[in-house]
Amino acid sequence: MTTSTRRSVLRTTAWSSLAIAAALAGCTKKEEAAPVAASEPAAASAAAAPASGASAPLKIAFAYLGPVGDGGWTFAHDNGRKALEKELGSQVQTTFVESVPESADAERVFRDMVAQGNTLIFGTSFGYMEPMLKVAADNKGVHFEHATGYKTADNMRTYDNRTYEGAYMAGVIAGGMTKSNTIGVVGSIPIPEVIRNIDSYTLGAQSVNPKVKVKVVWVNEWFNPPKETEGAQSLIDGGADVLLQNTDSSAVLQTAEKNGKYAFGWDSDMTAYGPKAHLASSVNIWGPYYIKAAKDAINGTWTTGKVWWGVKEGAIDLVSISDKVPADLKAKVDKVKAGLKDGSFSIWKGPIADNTGKEVLKKDVVADDGFLGGIKFFVKGVEGQVPGGK
Amino acid sequence: MLQLEARPAPSRAMSLASPLIALLVTVLAGAALFALLGKDPSRGLAMFFVEPFRGANAVSELCVKATPLMLIGLGLAVCYRANVWNIGAEGQFVLGAIAASGVAMHASADSSHWIVLPILLAGVLGGMAWAAIVAFLRDRANASEILVSLMLVYVANQLLNYLVYGAWKDPDGYGFPQTITFLDATRIPRLFAGLRVNIGFVAALVSVATFWLFLFRVYGGFQMQVGGLAAAAARYAGFSSRRALWVALMISGGMAGLAGAFEVAGPIGQLTPYVPAGYGFAAIIVAYVGRLNPVGVLFSSLLMSLFYIGGELAQSRLGLPKSLTGVFQGVLLFSLLASDTLINYRVRWHAAHPAHPVKSPAA
Amino acid sequence: MDTYALLLAATLNAGTVLAIAGLGLLINERSGIVNLGAEGMMLVAAIAGFATAVQTGSDWLAFGAGALAGALMAGAFGVLVIWLNTNQYATGLALSLFGNGFSAFVGIKYTQEHLAARPHFSVPLLGDIPFIGPALFRQHPMVYLTIAFMGGLVWFLYRSRAGLVLRAVGESPESAHALGYPVRRIRLIAVMVGGALCGVAGAYISVVYTPLWVEGMVAGKGWIALALTTFATWRPSRVLLGAYLFGGVTMLQFHLQGEGVAISSQLLTMLPYLATIAVLVLISRNPVWIRANMPASLGKPFFPGS
Repeated sequence: MTTSTRRSVLRTTAWSSLAIAAALAGCTKKEEAAPVAASEPAAASAAAAPASGASAPLKIAFAYLGPVGDGGWTFAHDNGRKALEKELGSQVQTTFVESVPESADAERVFRDMVAQGNTLIFGTSFGYMEPMLKVAADNKGVHFEHATGYKTADNMRTYDNRTYEGAYMAGVIAGGMTKSNTIGVVGSIPIPEVIRNIDSYTLGAQSVNPKVKVKVVWVNEWFNPPKETEGAQSLIDGGADVLLQNTDSSAVLQTAEKNGKYAFGWDSDMTAYGPKAHLASSVNIWGPYYIKAAKDAINGTWTTGKVWWGVKEGAIDLVSISDKVPADLKAKVDKVKAGLKDGSFSIWKGPIADNTGKEVLKKDVVADDGFLGGIKFFVKGVEGQVPGGK
Repeated sequence: MLQLEARPAPSRAMSLASPLIALLVTVLAGAALFALLGKDPSRGLAMFFVEPFRGANAVSELCVKATPLMLIGLGLAVCYRANVWNIGAEGQFVLGAIAASGVAMHASADSSHWIVLPILLAGVLGGMAWAAIVAFLRDRANASEILVSLMLVYVANQLLNYLVYGAWKDPDGYGFPQTITFLDATRIPRLFAGLRVNIGFVAALVSVATFWLFLFRVYGGFQMQVGGLAAAAARYAGFSSRRALWVALMISGGMAGLAGAFEVAGPIGQLTPYVPAGYGFAAIIVAYVGRLNPVGVLFSSLLMSLFYIGGELAQSRLGLPKSLTGVFQGVLLFSLLASDTLINYRVRWHAAHPAHPVKSPAA
Repeated sequence: MDTYALLLAATLNAGTVLAIAGLGLLINERSGIVNLGAEGMMLVAAIAGFATAVQTGSDWLAFGAGALAGALMAGAFGVLVIWLNTNQYATGLALSLFGNGFSAFVGIKYTQEHLAARPHFSVPLLGDIPFIGPALFRQHPMVYLTIAFMGGLVWFLYRSRAGLVLRAVGESPESAHALGYPVRRIRLIAVMVGGALCGVAGAYISVVYTPLWVEGMVAGKGWIALALTTFATWRPSRVLLGAYLFGGVTMLQFHLQGEGVAISSQLLTMLPYLATIAVLVLISRNPVWIRANMPASLGKPFFPGS
């Protein structure tokens, strides 16, 4: 037994000498620490007083859920960041960290962003809500923007896109293009946003084709191409011939292409991934909002709140509509777009019933944001129940 | 040609030098990678080995990350010494988190701080229960503990999802999959104000001492190790292999569950679908790099934590890809395994090779 | 009726990946070596195959690249485990973890790439028979090759001299060594062939099954393939059966969701894993059966000259 004791002691010595060596190496890098520390007081004063145009650029940081190359959700956010850089040029300096997990690790990333001198920080996924709140509480001089969440603070606000508007327009096309009167959705996680999208897709399809039925499968993840493929395949095998997805990769579109069916791109333009199957893409355009948020921070007009932009503000669009879509169907989509832009058209206007027959929206009543935020039911025409109960 | 020649006895010098050699190889490989990616190798290495130590906050984060790795790694070290290959520590971690959350959610505004104890106990019991399934199936049905424990990881993840999407979902949470945020009374006490390191780290250090005593000073620990090294000899000496199996799995399951409880009542503060962070699998490397020795596990968990945090910093400060951390960890483990052979074998140059190796290896 | 034909077809497709990897691991384990690095090998092969397909446009070159990647990784593993006698379980795990990180690292450039449109396959004449046609005869050629390979493997193991030697090495390497067979070289060949097959399975995932590259896309299939070999008591025909069973349960759970069946999707997702445990238990329960079928030296190091 003494062998292991001695070995442990020797090991302790070995590791401590390594640590000492590392610490010594650290001393030589002290010069690097200086600029980082210097920017902290600079950041604090920049946030306290409105910065004039000639002062140091606003340092902005983005936390992404996935890799920039995912071709979907994160790709769209990064496009928004690039648009921000292009518009504001030398007034801003942006950095990003990708694949930040939605766990306790996120808090560390946000704290490091603050320590690096960033005063406007974007967290692009729901799961960053609690970590951001904690870091926001400790850093009152920094502005935090959280996407798709619902908790705010004096220095933290939420922003989101009305993705359901894109889903509705896709539904209009789907309802017109389906031959089997069955369309499908590959759902990610059963949160209100996704359920609302499924419902809006259904409402859109039913507006041109009242007989249409909608089938749903849940992958239970945002991003898992093999599972998305399997889910899409099972929908197609079950008779669906136009697919929508709420997941982040192009697997669903590719599966539709393989089977000779139709599908939509989601979050970004996915035409290239399935040229024969692609009917249109519902895209998130984050540029306009990011530019506004940066300008708010620069001009000192930043306030907390909840922002929900859609087609009207240029944040959502249905793009790259394929030539296979007949002209009259395209015209219907254009009419919806125009109506959403000028506010004359409401997607969620009664009478709407859920798929058990209960009426959820009376005739001519327009749903407000509160109603929309809490949707937990499937509308009539969607098969199955929402997972996790009422 | 080069030949491996067995040493008459394991070389003590090599058993110390081997992890250092492995670390050196990893550092060199890292420097080469950074250069390939067009980044300054010294800055890259600084991100991994220097930055994580700079400042109280940084060191605190290092300890926070090392805590679950240490706790789980200690349990696995005991388990592997008994030759029971529990690969499913991740699932036991999740079950510990679930059980701890179950207790934490019952706290009310006027619960005393002592509720932390039942929360931690629940975590231990949860992890043990999940490992008990593995033990039972191996005991009664001879089913491989590697495969059963691994399959149970997937089942545990789905169970977690089932709870946070359904029965345990926060009713005021707008339908998002998470439980309520646990009340203040349930939070694991922190060691210093403003830093995230909590008593979990202290518990881990205490565990290192406890496990060292168990393995090297207590008869039960000795029995388990003999059972793992020489099953026939153990049987002959009357050590029950069944008991060794159950003790090994209960300990490693309990430790994993405890780690889960600390995570969920500590840094996270609620039960979410993102609780499984891969600690159960990383701890396997930690146990192995630590040579299945509690003191070794202490250092290897800090090293592994260093890689994780260094990887994050390399990403956010230098724009290096996240996958580098995985590459580092893999290279470290590989080089360690390779250089470990030098403990038992010598490299020799032979002009003409003999018919058989010079000496037989020690059994 | 049509739906069930398509479900059958999807099962064959989903099961093929597991079958190829499982057969490779079977060859591995028959020589007495456990390679827990299946997941890592499949991942590296997946990116190798995908990158090749993107650059050359050829599926078969991609399969070749995948096989090469798998064989190389298995070779490194083999040298460590067979000649340096490192612990098989730990080395295999190291391979898995390394493969995970390395494939993600190398694949960064390829996450936005996509392949040309996938061709449709159909066996002439047979593919047009109602029901059976769409169910069985409209698959990628690899599916049929796998079944043929299984048959070839059965012949190899049980009817050929080389197969007998392989099995002997697995049962008792000491006896084989005493008879003069180069045990370590045979084991290395078995490990590398096994690795090459896992590589083909990995390439199949990224080129045929889901023509994309994403890090971690093998998503546990390597581990399931490992379970399959035990599941199948090391017999090739049973590996195939188990693979299709698992693939079938996976597709079934999506099918049930689509039909609106009122069981929670998470419980349905658990099904394939619970099924694997159940069958494992049933098979392992008879220790005599396991002992009679498992290669006796599985997992144990071999020291020639001892």
